[in-house]
Amino acid sequence: MKAPPFAYHDPRSVEELTGLLGTLENVRILAGGQSLMPMLNMRYSMPDHVVDINRIADLDYVRRVEGGLRIGAMTRQRTLERDPLVAQYAPVLVEALHWVGHVQTRSRGTFGGSLCHLDPASEQPCVAALFDATLHVAGARGERDVSIHDWVLGYMTPAIEPDEALVGITLRTWDGPHGYGFEEFARRHGDYAIVAAGALVALDGAGKISRAAISIAGVDVKPIRLTEAETMLTGGPADAGAIAAAAEVARGLECMSDAQISGDYRRRLATTLTRRALDKAVKRARG
Amino acid sequence: MDVEEKRRISLVVNGRKIEREVSPRKHLGDFLREDLRLTGTHLGCEHGVCGSCTVIADGVLVRSCLMLAIQADGMVLRTVEGLAEPDGTLHPIQEAFHEKHGLQCGFCTPGMLTTLAAVIEENPSIDEAGIREAISGNICRCTGYETIVDAALSAAATMRQGA
Repeated sequence: MKAPPFAYHDPRSVEELTGLLGTLENVRILAGGQSLMPMLNMRYSMPDHVVDINRIADLDYVRRVEGGLRIGAMTRQRTLERDPLVAQYAPVLVEALHWVGHVQTRSRGTFGGSLCHLDPASEQPCVAALFDATLHVAGARGERDVSIHDWVLGYMTPAIEPDEALVGITLRTWDGPHGYGFEEFARRHGDYAIVAAGALVALDGAGKISRAAISIAGVDVKPIRLTEAETMLTGGPADAGAIAAAAEVARGLECMSDAQISGDYRRRLATTLTRRALDKAVKRARG
Repeated sequence: MDVEEKRRISLVVNGRKIEREVSPRKHLGDFLREDLRLTGTHLGCEHGVCGSCTVIADGVLVRSCLMLAIQADGMVLRTVEGLAEPDGTLHPIQEAFHEKHGLQCGFCTPGMLTTLAAVIEENPSIDEAGIREAISGNICRCTGYETIVDAALSAAATMRQGA
């Protein structure tokens, strides 16, 4: 299998990149290539131009910023897995990344690439939603910010114009100690999830839940925050009954259905995985 | 627009400096096999699933079917042909595959060898779970993986002693 012919561009700066995007037609941006390369090899994607952003040096970083952690769009999954700032402020991302592909794909695959590809069952958008991430998009008119909650317009469709590129993502990480959990079910390890669930829980001095976040992938075209369950949990006890009741909220989700996996099965998975993720998060919050 | 416009790339493959003209759409696996005649790297699925095309690029494991050759410009590559010493002495993982019958048909073997060589070199104390995790991205249809895991554990032990 061979990729179709295309013209190749490898800009060295974001300015050069946005300049190219503003003038070329039918372009695909090549980030880590772990989704686009198979699509090219199988000719699902037939671009006239491939713009390779691997040579833009200042898109690969993890930085502590006001209110969170900013990650360059081209930061490899393997880098994030081992990054001390990610381990400290967003350990749930490390746990989620262990479900992403294999060591050979994580060494190339990027955080920004995953957020633009937007497979509905992908772990990385799910974690971005868990942290109410802000996506930084560069274009000829300058940089603009988009909330992760407005980012997914439809099936594998990000809210980005053809002449724009995602350059960074800021995770709104939590101040203070909290527990986390990420659970997933896939037929084979390394496949996209059928359903995945991530949870964050903070406890107050009395051991009650002071803050909770739950994000579920694989049930809809975008990651779903289980806000009703988060509200139910906040201010209440961190016990098995409360966790089970919160997880039951997932049973009411509208879920996608396809030839292999029914919506009903996804609902059951969402409920079970939410319960497990919350359980893990509470245990870790207790330390 | 001449889409087939070639570009000159230079890289180091198994210690040898290489300069070639490549078409942008040619993936690294095809470049190794067709342009450099390094046919040890096998192409199975060509969409990143089977792992047999795994090579070591700038010290990290990559699927050569999911990289363009043009992207390897300036890189240092190791393929299965580069695991043995120049005098022909096999890498401990190759020796162990021979000893423990770590292959049958041999199709997946180059990907298994490059993957295991890289992970064991990085961490010779790797345990069985780590080895199984490392090769979870490499499909073998013959062995049932057991003899491959045996070989990897044996190679790791050899490399711990040799270090």
